[in-house]
Amino acid sequence: MKPSTAYRQYHPKWYRTRVSTLWWSRRWSYLKFMLRELSSVFVAFYVVILLLQLHALRGGPEAYLEFQEWLKDPLLVVLNGISFLFVLFHAVTWFNLTPKAMVVRLRGKRLPNLLVAAPNYAAWLAISGLIVFLLMRQG
Amino acid sequence: MAETITIEVARYRPEQEGEPTLQSYEVPFSKDWVVLDALNYIKDHVDGSLSFRWSCRMGVCGSCGMTVNGEPKLTCATFLSHYLPGPIRVEPLQNFPVVRDLIIEMTDFLEKLQSVKPWIVREDDPAPAKGEFLQTPEQLDNYKQFSMCINCMICYAACPVYGLDPQFAGPAAIALAQRYNLDSRDQGEQERMDVLSQHEGIWGCTFVGECTEVCPKNVDPAGAIQQYKLAATKEWFKSFLMPWSKP
Repeated sequence: MKPSTAYRQYHPKWYRTRVSTLWWSRRWSYLKFMLRELSSVFVAFYVVILLLQLHALRGGPEAYLEFQEWLKDPLLVVLNGISFLFVLFHAVTWFNLTPKAMVVRLRGKRLPNLLVAAPNYAAWLAISGLIVFLLMRQG
Repeated sequence: MAETITIEVARYRPEQEGEPTLQSYEVPFSKDWVVLDALNYIKDHVDGSLSFRWSCRMGVCGSCGMTVNGEPKLTCATFLSHYLPGPIRVEPLQNFPVVRDLIIEMTDFLEKLQSVKPWIVREDDPAPAKGEFLQTPEQLDNYKQFSMCINCMICYAACPVYGLDPQFAGPAAIALAQRYNLDSRDQGEQERMDVLSQHEGIWGCTFVGECTEVCPKNVDPAGAIQQYKLAATKEWFKSFLMPWSKP
């Protein structure tokens, strides 16, 4: 997309504004977008923790206990708490955006947004339920 | 009830000032007046030098988009009573160069619009005498929402991606491309994909979603772009898995 300069030379004194670096603080919807993008950092952080956990698991019971002790560090507890909130925000915002990207039609009629987003929540609930069930059985 | 309301209008007269300044006008308040009525009152009775675009004053032509108290709005559909007791600040649409007062330069948008071929593209191009293309109500329903776009550029003013990177094709152009892609009479999807699958096309969009929020015609450009992305990804996978199949 190349802008043409066909008649622009006759308007040499346009006023152009620059977008400020803090543009995202101007509106709640922009801020929400930035927080949603930022949430990916915390998702990545959680993935690293999970990989470290798997690594510790491979190292035997002692290494795993050591890892668990390390997790009790107050700084890590706070970080994990924050990343949990961001991961929740990440999941909810993306689930709610699904109906925008996916048009599901049933007998020629477009399904309402809520019904398109619902299976995401249902799967989330089912998987969480399964994990809780497995953990309770172990305990 | 207030009898007058203050309107602060951004003035930019390139022959006498380097950047826009705000000028206050006192206009009569009426509960059925919109911001455009107030601007027309100023133009007719107070200051004839004020410049702004308008035409239909009923949300059809898309000419009178401006920034009202920081939000991009069609001024013909924005009531003064909504902003009581005032003042109301009226500025040109954001993300566009300002030519004069409230008038923005829109060539960039018009070029982008044209580049996505927002018309019915046919390979066979039959003569009109051969008859019309038939379409069922369901087929019409597929694209109808996107066809409501009036090119008012309010979505461009709300889009931070367009503000930061003017190369981005932008919400309305992509929504209109999608409007024709979804039309059962059209055969130009591949031509549009060639333009919009580039980085400045659909992939420039980071899904802020504000274009949909501000659209005065409920077009949902953000939805159109995400649906376009999904279609492009599907096509890419298909060509990856089945390289022999024609797009």
